[in-house]
Amino acid sequence: MSRAHGLVVDRIKCDGRGLCAELLPELIRLDDWGYPILAPGAVPQHLLPLAQRAVEECPVLAIALRRTEHRR
Amino acid sequence: MRLLDSRDHLGELPRVGPRFIDALESSGLAGRGGAGFPAGVKWRAVAQRSRGDAVILVNGAEGEPRSKKDRVLMCARPHLILDGAFIAARVLRAGRIVLYIGERHTAARDSMLRALGERPEPERGLVSLAAAPARYVAGAEAAAVHMVNEGLATPTNTPPYPFERGVDGAPTLVQNVETLAHAALLARTGSIPGTMLLTLAGAAARPGVVEVDEGTTIGEAIQRAGGVAETPRAVLLGGYFGSWVEPERAWKLQLDHRSLRDQDLGLGCGVIGLLPARGCPVCETAGIMRYLATESSAQCGPCFFGLRALADACTRIAEGGADPDALRRLHRWSADVRGRGACKHPDGAVIFLSSALTVFAREFAEHASHQERRIA
Repeated sequence: MSRAHGLVVDRIKCDGRGLCAELLPELIRLDDWGYPILAPGAVPQHLLPLAQRAVEECPVLAIALRRTEHRR
Repeated sequence: MRLLDSRDHLGELPRVGPRFIDALESSGLAGRGGAGFPAGVKWRAVAQRSRGDAVILVNGAEGEPRSKKDRVLMCARPHLILDGAFIAARVLRAGRIVLYIGERHTAARDSMLRALGERPEPERGLVSLAAAPARYVAGAEAAAVHMVNEGLATPTNTPPYPFERGVDGAPTLVQNVETLAHAALLARTGSIPGTMLLTLAGAAARPGVVEVDEGTTIGEAIQRAGGVAETPRAVLLGGYFGSWVEPERAWKLQLDHRSLRDQDLGLGCGVIGLLPARGCPVCETAGIMRYLATESSAQCGPCFFGLRALADACTRIAEGGADPDALRRLHRWSADVRGRGACKHPDGAVIFLSSALTVFAREFAEHASHQERRIA
């Protein structure tokens, strides 16, 4: 088992700007009101840089990468 | 020993210590506020973190529209509830007790304050009062803590949970008034009464609060409470976060948290609503969805916008008649909204709606506009 990273959204902070889904469509889609729906599970290694970018570009700092215990 | 037909009186508190949590755990007492969480687990989580600074938040918010049982209990057995709170304070080494009572439940509040005035001073000094706004989410644990801390009865992100960081940042036990009353009887008599309080609403012959033995079937419980005013079309089990159940099935269900959970059902805070035979299940469901949408605390987008969209789609079918597109959207949005709020409000609403779409699948698919029918 190795440490993996997962994306989490602070639902109260999230304002539905939608940048995260533009930067990381592989893992994030938007619902009909513009709020992100995350693919379940850990972020695959090759998408980590994009996930990091989605985290950094969120205008309201609502999305984060957290270390998880997911098996990979 | 039962909750409602025994006299409420003030006696010396039973001397119980930390071992009481073992008794509470083995009693299997489940919380009576709605979630049915095991009381013993909750008490232990607070006990493990308390350094003499824990807080007991006595939850009498009772924001569920059809529920009355907490108010009835606060009026009938205020000392028993306070006993439960003081026993919790002793066992969990708490220095503060907050009575959190619905702002419109004035008779219940007065009853609790009158009883508090009869307690000895060292006990009285621990207690303060907080008014719960008359909103659906105000009774949720995190919202109750938020209200006491900052005057806002909106849910917050968890973790931290109240047992980790609650009132003034201290480990906090948030416990429903009925649960505390059962705990008090356990401390006094060595066993829990094995009963539960229900609120019967709708087409019951005598709507109101009854106390029944756990394990009784719903049919027996309603029969003992005077029966039905008319044959119900459906039963809403567990209030607005509950599920619609066909009457034939509901009548045979045992009132027992564990066996209901095994069937994906729940008693919630104990509301059993009987939809009258002439009632329209689609219109009733739409009305409840509109209520739940309005009661979103408007913090999380999927809940605020999603529940409104779901309520609108239900209303469109209720008012305008069957609409395959609206029905498809109901299914899709229900799946989208679930699990995407800081609290469980959106989940409760879509669980309720899913039960409607299952039990009343035909009614939703074939619903005729009542307006058209009236014109014809």
